Amino acid sequence: MSRTENLVSELVEKHGRSRNSLMPILQGIVQEERFLSEEAMIEIARELNLSTADVFGTASFYTFLDTVPRGKNIIRVCKTISCHMKGKDEVIEALEALLKIKVGETTHDRNFTLLTANCLGWCHKGPVMLINDEVYPELTPHKACEILEAYMKAQ
Amino acid sequence: MIRIGSMAALEDIRKQLLQEQQTKQQENQVVVKVALATCGIASGARDILQFFSAELEKRNIEAAVLQTGCMGYCYAEPTVEVCRRGQEPVIFGYVDEKRADDIIENYIKKGVMVDGLIPKNFSTACHCEHEPQAVPEKSKQIRIALRNCGVIDPASIEDYILHDGYHALADVLNRMTPEEAIEEVIASGLKGRGGGGFLTGQKWKLTRQSQSAQKYVVCNADEGDPGAFMDRSILEGDPHSVIEAMAICAYCIGAGQGLVYIRAEYPLAIDRLLHAIGQAREAGLLGSHILGTDFHFDISLRYGAGAFVCGEETALIHSMEGHRGEPTVKPPFPSEAGYLGKPTNVNNVETFACIPLIFRLGAAWFNTIGTANSKGTKVFALAGKINKVGLVEVPMGTTLRDVIFDIGGGIQHDKQFKAVQTGGPSGGCLTAKHLDTPIDYENLTKAGSMMGSGGMIVMDEDDCMVSVAKYYLDFTVEESCGKCSPCRIGNKRLHEILEKITRGEGSMDDLNKLRNLAHVVKETSLCGLGQSSPNPVLSTMENFWEEYLEHVSDKKCRAGVCKAMMKYFILEEHCVGCMACARNCPVNAISGEKKMPHTIDQSICIKCGVCFEKCKFNAIEIR
Repeated sequence: MSRTENLVSELVEKHGRSRNSLMPILQGIVQEERFLSEEAMIEIARELNLSTADVFGTASFYTFLDTVPRGKNIIRVCKTISCHMKGKDEVIEALEALLKIKVGETTHDRNFTLLTANCLGWCHKGPVMLINDEVYPELTPHKACEILEAYMKAQ
Repeated sequence: MIRIGSMAALEDIRKQLLQEQQTKQQENQVVVKVALATCGIASGARDILQFFSAELEKRNIEAAVLQTGCMGYCYAEPTVEVCRRGQEPVIFGYVDEKRADDIIENYIKKGVMVDGLIPKNFSTACHCEHEPQAVPEKSKQIRIALRNCGVIDPASIEDYILHDGYHALADVLNRMTPEEAIEEVIASGLKGRGGGGFLTGQKWKLTRQSQSAQKYVVCNADEGDPGAFMDRSILEGDPHSVIEAMAICAYCIGAGQGLVYIRAEYPLAIDRLLHAIGQAREAGLLGSHILGTDFHFDISLRYGAGAFVCGEETALIHSMEGHRGEPTVKPPFPSEAGYLGKPTNVNNVETFACIPLIFRLGAAWFNTIGTANSKGTKVFALAGKINKVGLVEVPMGTTLRDVIFDIGGGIQHDKQFKAVQTGGPSGGCLTAKHLDTPIDYENLTKAGSMMGSGGMIVMDEDDCMVSVAKYYLDFTVEESCGKCSPCRIGNKRLHEILEKITRGEGSMDDLNKLRNLAHVVKETSLCGLGQSSPNPVLSTMENFWEEYLEHVSDKKCRAGVCKAMMKYFILEEHCVGCMACARNCPVNAISGEKKMPHTIDQSICIKCGVCFEKCKFNAIEIR
């Protein structure tokens, strides 16, 4: 069995085979592998006795359930109005320049993916970004780059 | 925590905890509480907490250093509450190590006040004999939902019990039938705080009346409205109050299983809630035979995956069932057929957080706060161009002026107040003429906005209202689930028209189309998201019509936000001919001799603004 198949069967074991365990299983895969591969979705469909289209249809509905490969670290910059009013565009531009990628892309070394997100609930402390599970509020372009440089060094 | 087997045992434990606390208070010279919600942590509050523990010990001061939730002064994080023995606690803001040192040396040791004091601007409703219900006259805030945030340690069930926790549940289980308890909630007049504004007690009653062996209580913690973050703060600062309220609700409607649907973007809230559930289970406050009765109830978590529409209750239920989070037509309401087809009661976090106090202080007490049709208090999240961003909780019927100028400290940099958006992308904007309108469900709807979940984004003269409407639509276009066409296609078209207007290519005809289409989307969409998504457009058109006109007829954006309509000019009298602008212009649109005034060729200029940034002589003007 491949790594992904192992992971799927582990998750199925843990959450069960009913329809309402689909979300926790998908989320479990994303947590481990950073995205849902075709292999993973087919395997889940087989285990839960659903059509693969159904699994893909559900997964593609949710922003956090990625179906394309993502980098090791996912950066999500909030793009909603209060962060926009406080200058999120400049923060995104600075990050794009530092990582040499555009929003939606992943760096060549697969270490970073830069994404935008709708409201992260930090409206009083915008602009804000989420790197994996860590929140960084009150950003300036300079501060954002410093934070990211620390991540780059840690790689 | 030992297992609490009965109501009497709960009371005993509380008395014992109270005694322990009093002994500690006598032993300790000082109690320091550091606000450790995510916003505090992000501002360095963990380091401050460690600094206090280490330094107080080093300097031989008997002290207790504790963590607590958000105190609401988000603009001044990290915030620290210091209570010297026998004195009223005081709160300090912007605490870094230097200020912490100052606090220890001067305030704690000598009682000399130091900089950074934040005057307490709220009163807390509570039911504890050791903390009397003092209501400072001047305070416009009363904290009900936020009563424990910033007061108790969210990771400690003992602290929650000490503050009257789980007593409402004990009261209800021992003294009331489910029907009586539901009547109490109806009598309180509490309405859903998540946006719907439906009478909570009525919802419980309907779910109670549905016949089924299996029923569910669901807590909607999928807070996604831009501008709202009170649910996160409650879960981070007082998770047990939500657990207790869910248990009360379960008893009332006859459910055995509770689910919290929480957004994945709130990792700390998830941690604290899981921790609290674990503690409650250990103490026998969740599980079987709760407090020695025949009532069984347990709670599990379901995680959102970044879809705003899942805040709509039918969509939320579908998502929990493992489907796409698409809403369905009501009826059937979740109270008849919800999660897995069983009767389900869905309430928002803030609604649940009000419940325990309603039972402790009585529906009649709750009923005295607020206006004729909107009872109790509402938490508002202040954000945008306001001085004191943060969470406030005011009685229904407080005016916008009080919230923004009195509690919120007015507009940043002394600019002119322009509008406030309430209710997020589903609400509308209110202007200076609404400042004295009492805020309640009815008045906000009448003014073309809505209560929503309580986000308030304040805008000043530098904000372009057409762009604001566009940004909200940007949000709805992306978050529309795509099931019904008015919302999927209509919002997209609305967005395109607004794009066109902000690019300076709009016409009067576009304004008519915009208004007509907005009404169509509002009237024909399937769920609350689509039915309310044109609100920002309609309300900005209503209140700022002249700005729309300027955009289409004069091709002018008075706030200077719509870049496409701006033109850059060089003021001859200021230009010294240093050539900084010409050298930095990426498209070589600036020409002129050295030491002579320069000019910008408007046909080449791409309005990037580099010249404006580079000029040291304020010679570049934007018109």
